[in-house]
Amino acid sequence: MAKGSSRRIWGNVVHVLALGTFTILLAFPFYWMLITSFKQNLDLYTMENNPFLFNARPTLEHLNFLFTETRFVRWLGNTAFVGVIVVAITLLLAVPAAYSLARLSGRWGERLGIGIFLTYLVPPTLLFIPLSRVVAYLGLQDSLWALILVYPTFTVPFSIWLLMGFFKSIPKELEDAAMVDGLTRFGAFVKLVIPISVSGILTVVIFTFTLVTQEFVYALTFISSESNQMIGTGIPIFLVRGDVYYWGALMAACLIASLPIAFMYNLFLDRFIAGFTVGAVK
Amino acid sequence: MAVARSKIKSIGAAQSPLLGAAMFSPAVLYILLLVGGPFFLAIFYAFSDARIGNTEMHFVGLENFRSILQSPSFRVAIRNSFIFTICSQIVVIVGANILAISLEKAFCGRGIIRFLILLPWVAPISLGAIGWKWILDSIYSVITWVLVAIHIYKPFSAPMWLGEPHLAIASVLLVHSWRLMPFSTVILLAGRTAIPKDIPEAAAVDGAGFWRTQLQIVIPMMRPIISVAVLFGLIFTFTDMTVVYILTAGGPFDSTQTLPSLAFAMGIQGSDLAAGAAISLFLVPLLVILAYFMLRVAHRAEVN
Amino acid sequence: MAVVETRDLTKVFKEGQLGAVNNVNLETREGEFLVFLGPSGSGKTTLLRMIAGLETPTSGEILIGGQVVNDLSPRERRIAMVFQSYALYPHLSVYKNIAFPLKAQNVKKELHKAKVEWAASLLGIGALLDRKPRELSGGERQRVALARAIVREPAVFLLDEPLSNLDAKLRASAREELERFHRRVGTTTIYVTHDQVEAMAMGDRVMVLNKGVVRQLGTPTDVYDNPADTFVATFLGSPPMNLAEIGDVIVGFRPEHFRPAFTMTGDAAPFRLKVENIEYLGSEWIVSGTLAGGKLDGKKVFSRLSSAQNLQLAGMYDFAVPQRELKFFDRSTEKRVEPRAVSWQ
Repeated sequence: MAKGSSRRIWGNVVHVLALGTFTILLAFPFYWMLITSFKQNLDLYTMENNPFLFNARPTLEHLNFLFTETRFVRWLGNTAFVGVIVVAITLLLAVPAAYSLARLSGRWGERLGIGIFLTYLVPPTLLFIPLSRVVAYLGLQDSLWALILVYPTFTVPFSIWLLMGFFKSIPKELEDAAMVDGLTRFGAFVKLVIPISVSGILTVVIFTFTLVTQEFVYALTFISSESNQMIGTGIPIFLVRGDVYYWGALMAACLIASLPIAFMYNLFLDRFIAGFTVGAVK
Repeated sequence: MAVARSKIKSIGAAQSPLLGAAMFSPAVLYILLLVGGPFFLAIFYAFSDARIGNTEMHFVGLENFRSILQSPSFRVAIRNSFIFTICSQIVVIVGANILAISLEKAFCGRGIIRFLILLPWVAPISLGAIGWKWILDSIYSVITWVLVAIHIYKPFSAPMWLGEPHLAIASVLLVHSWRLMPFSTVILLAGRTAIPKDIPEAAAVDGAGFWRTQLQIVIPMMRPIISVAVLFGLIFTFTDMTVVYILTAGGPFDSTQTLPSLAFAMGIQGSDLAAGAAISLFLVPLLVILAYFMLRVAHRAEVN
Repeated sequence: MAVVETRDLTKVFKEGQLGAVNNVNLETREGEFLVFLGPSGSGKTTLLRMIAGLETPTSGEILIGGQVVNDLSPRERRIAMVFQSYALYPHLSVYKNIAFPLKAQNVKKELHKAKVEWAASLLGIGALLDRKPRELSGGERQRVALARAIVREPAVFLLDEPLSNLDAKLRASAREELERFHRRVGTTTIYVTHDQVEAMAMGDRVMVLNKGVVRQLGTPTDVYDNPADTFVATFLGSPPMNLAEIGDVIVGFRPEHFRPAFTMTGDAAPFRLKVENIEYLGSEWIVSGTLAGGKLDGKKVFSRLSSAQNLQLAGMYDFAVPQRELKFFDRSTEKRVEPRAVSWQ
């Protein structure tokens, strides 16, 4: 009697310990952001104070500062603007491409699909230098349109790959039946396949949007003025004035920018994984 | 009869590759122009003396490569790129496996835990990094405070986590591992759930205890998934410049520079486009190798 | 001493609902092939898994070799199990699959080869030792699963519907192989299936379960010729036993005992049958129709005949059942009762 249950209890203790340790290590910085956002400056910057406690009353002064005396709201707007347009471009390019590669192109279509996926592996840290010249040449420096032009380079390949897997899982018989009923192939695509694929398309939308918000290199390279920043670059760079880090406002901004993305990501997690695992998980 | 024949004809026509080509050409064209084009442009710049602001540009052969290879900060950058990438990957693979095992069985609150665990990955890299910068601040670091409170250090004598070269390297490693862990965990978890339930049961009946089952049966069966997680992890870390840029800006004294961050520092901040391009080209060989392995994994998955 | 014994074994998955397994008592006999037979949801697999140690009972005891094993893990119970999917380790060769239990139980490495080869030769798979499971056919995989099970020389084999993943043609030969295997090794075996043909063909004894309760435990003859209740009566036999309610009893007779009256001699209960469907199956005929006249008018019944000569659709014929083949069940409890005099005219 004792042997079985003691083994189980011990197993549970280890399980809780491991899980707890990892969770704390991974989530701690965000907890820290939360606390810092509401601490008064004299509490934050007094070394003797226990940083885990509120030694002075919590304050909204950092939030106030963030929203009224910085361009934070503007950066949020910039990011949303770029996000929406890039999502639209991505869908326009990726959805037809994924469908044709999944259905219409046979063997070499397969190869082309892999080729497209491989372009996802060409990193921004390689392309940013030539692209900075391209952007300058087009007169788009310091413009959000530079980002809108360039961001699909990493959202489109992955979206194509994700959608290819999705389209392949739709039984071919559905489209064959529609075509016997009189639709053309393209008609079947628009009237049948796209409506069925709403959840896959939604996945691409969310994923593209999160990629846009997380991007750093291009935003840093192409955009210089404060009012045109994205949140990923504006916060770490422009909430620092000279040498002074406005940590309270900084941490508040980080949290506000991160949490909505986290919520969206969580909802669609399983589909993202399907995209990454390239069918290695059957 | 005639109706059926015409219907079959129209289906046949719709199968034509022309429609297919029309549907994927925009995407392919876009990628060729904005990925392929710049890629070759980068190669071109690496052999030139391009600078920001100059309209002129000349071919200089291997001059850029020669001077880079002689520069000590470049050698540090290559070394760091490999250290950060490989070390963080090792930490992550071990940690992610343990986490995936812990998260496999449903339990009360698993959804919340999953949300919390995912935060390092879903938050924009720069924001997570700046969060760590505050935690590792040279004066107000909470880590310092805790270590002083338990008397490991005397007040004011704690090390500067981002200010001393070895500690700075460790800090960058920490942040890279921290960021990558959720991604690998979630992929490994998906791999684990794909394993049929009766395999670990068969192992239990055969006499295997928990660890033997994990190490000799479950994890070997996950090899394709682990490969995917590792390959992506290597790519993400190797090509990242954000963590270094935010945490240390490459310092102290260029000791934490990596290939991408050095490329940025020289190419954009230093206006030397040619040098920046040349440095970033050194990313290519490893990426090619990783791409090859990625293809192999995908191919094997198709075959099975 | 029974190899496997359960006492009042119960498993409840959801509070307040009927258990998946309810108060099952069983005792195996040494070396027997015992079949757990029942429809899906009858609890037969849950029962097997509790014996294996893969599910914990809610109450009751499990004994293996006379020892209470409720708190022992599967590895400590000296059992071997063959899963429906065979659960072969896909990344290991056949040799390593078979050797794995030895490795897990820390058997000395020098002894592995001899034991694996012994198990492999017992099942005729010596030539396959270097292959991987994905290179094997369904029948070969079954043999590897059995070899892996036998290599530890367990006290009892547990088999969970191992034939259901095979296609129909393969099933018959795989079944025969299993029977031969059992005769050779003689280990007590518990076999779970929903297929009553398998149960009848293979079992020394059959335990019929429904909704987690044992309906009957007996030899194939017992459960077929002397069903304990209407569930057992209709679960075994295809087409199932004809049942008709008269007064407070249910009368039952099997299709093969329901034949044209003129073919019978001796005491026979008479019926009038209106033929509605005739199926020719090659080796026999299945005739179905409705009874006419009396209390059973309109009741649908089946008949199995070796010849349907002269029977016409919509024709009315005199059929009969030998008196001794009539079974009687209490209408409210559905349990078997002594023959009574009933009339349905």
